[in-house]
Amino acid sequence: MALLEIRELSVRFGGVVALDRVSFSVDAGEVVALIGPNGAGKTTLFNVITRVYKPSSGSVLIDGEPVSRVSPHHVVRHGLARTFQNLALFRSMSVLENVLVGDHIRTRSGWLESTIPMPGAMRAESAARKRAMEMIDFVGLGAAATRPIAALPFGTQKRVELARALVSKPRILLLDEPAGGISHEEVDAMAQLLRRIHDQLDVTMLLVEHHMAFVMGISDRVVVLDFGKKIAEGKPGEVQRNPAVIEAYLGAA
Amino acid sequence: MQGVLQQVFSGLASGGIFASLALALVLIYNAMGLVNFAQGEMAMFATFIAVTLMDRGLNYWIAFPVTLVIAFAGGVAIQRIVIRPVERAPVLTLVIVTLGLTALINGLAGFIWGYLPRAFPSPFPSRTISVLGAYVSYQDLGVIAVCGVVLLVIYLLLQRTTVGLTMRAAAHNPEASRLMGVRVSWMLALGWGLASAVGAVSGIMVAPILFLEPNMMQTVIIYAFAAAVLGGIESPVGAVVGGLIVGVTVNLAGAYVPYVGGDLELAVALAIIVAVLVLKPNGLFGRPSVRRV
Repeated sequence: MALLEIRELSVRFGGVVALDRVSFSVDAGEVVALIGPNGAGKTTLFNVITRVYKPSSGSVLIDGEPVSRVSPHHVVRHGLARTFQNLALFRSMSVLENVLVGDHIRTRSGWLESTIPMPGAMRAESAARKRAMEMIDFVGLGAAATRPIAALPFGTQKRVELARALVSKPRILLLDEPAGGISHEEVDAMAQLLRRIHDQLDVTMLLVEHHMAFVMGISDRVVVLDFGKKIAEGKPGEVQRNPAVIEAYLGAA
Repeated sequence: MQGVLQQVFSGLASGGIFASLALALVLIYNAMGLVNFAQGEMAMFATFIAVTLMDRGLNYWIAFPVTLVIAFAGGVAIQRIVIRPVERAPVLTLVIVTLGLTALINGLAGFIWGYLPRAFPSPFPSRTISVLGAYVSYQDLGVIAVCGVVLLVIYLLLQRTTVGLTMRAAAHNPEASRLMGVRVSWMLALGWGLASAVGAVSGIMVAPILFLEPNMMQTVIIYAFAAAVLGGIESPVGAVVGGLIVGVTVNLAGAYVPYVGGDLELAVALAIIVAVLVLKPNGLFGRPSVRRV
């Protein structure tokens, strides 16, 4: 069964149709890329999956269960985590603190128990720290763990966001432009990091990306959106040769 | 020199009171992006609850924590009942709501307890003690100690516990926090509860000096505004430092600058607000607001 299934999904903002009956699915273990020109509806789709927007019709299923029945703060318990195009880190906090927020569903006792320092809660807290540090080491930022986010370069911040998303042990990770806004060398390092996350942590991925070499190198399958409609789907090589895709990107000849 | 030192100590005592109320303002500012104009009235109301408990025969040191718990619950209730329905409304709506709350709480206190100023007990002896050659009252030292402990507890709660961490996360980026499983709405309510309890400390500490009546906090809140603005309205540490600076400055100005003593002390607070906004709008500990688009 598909881990993530998008079924006949439509989203309208007033008269604008952002998504028009889009359907596709992501199987466990796959890396699927979502591409398309600006305004094609890629980020809108992410926002529907994570319950930021409500769909006008259609549904999103995780492991066969509709996410519309899950309250937004419970989405993460269904094994879903994401990163953001423009980053959504807690800038005044340290790297470690950011990752600890990502971990908190795994530590969370009642708020009272975690307020009053009892032995059980203390142990849970130090276990959480340990998990967070492991994840920070995994993305290669062990040396920067206590530094405040605001002092780190953009490419490094993207790794922090990855660590924060991964520490909740997601089954599926949504990545909004993981290669956006970073340098050439960083793009290669990011591709390697994502491959390690996929192989070693067993995380399924759905990513939105404009960097074509990056997309073609990392994904098993590519879904192409244009003006809110799915216009193609297939292996990276096939999609690249698809005339409808070429037209959407370059305009009609 | 001893005179100056004496003024500094009593300045620190008022500073601790201003710091507590300023911290309350900052906690709510972080939770909803707005100053809670009703903070002073909430503190005054809590102080009336404290005195009522003591009238019923409760010991001061029992009535004090009980009042803080009641104030906490009241703060949470106000957020759930009054603020939550309008939390997505424009800022001006929220301003009017907190101003309405100010009038409502003030009127309610007057209705229940009347407008006659009444004495409020102080648990500290009125004697003085010699510190570094200056005469300092136990009252001032006690206020400094109580405020210090309360502020330290809040600091540890925010910085060292998971709840504090998620509260800060929720205030900072509600959307991303929600996605990480943080119950943002309840975290904001918790912020209101904490603010209400810290504010209550300032009310209980200032009441023996000012006498308790429904308008007791109306000047204190101005000093707290000055402290919060000076510290950088988003920074809890800033609020505390700001509170102490305002307390000491106002006290020294009152003692040594001609004409300032008495009524014009409030003008010093207003001067601080204006000066900070003109010279350093982000305050001592504030961050410049930058937004990635």
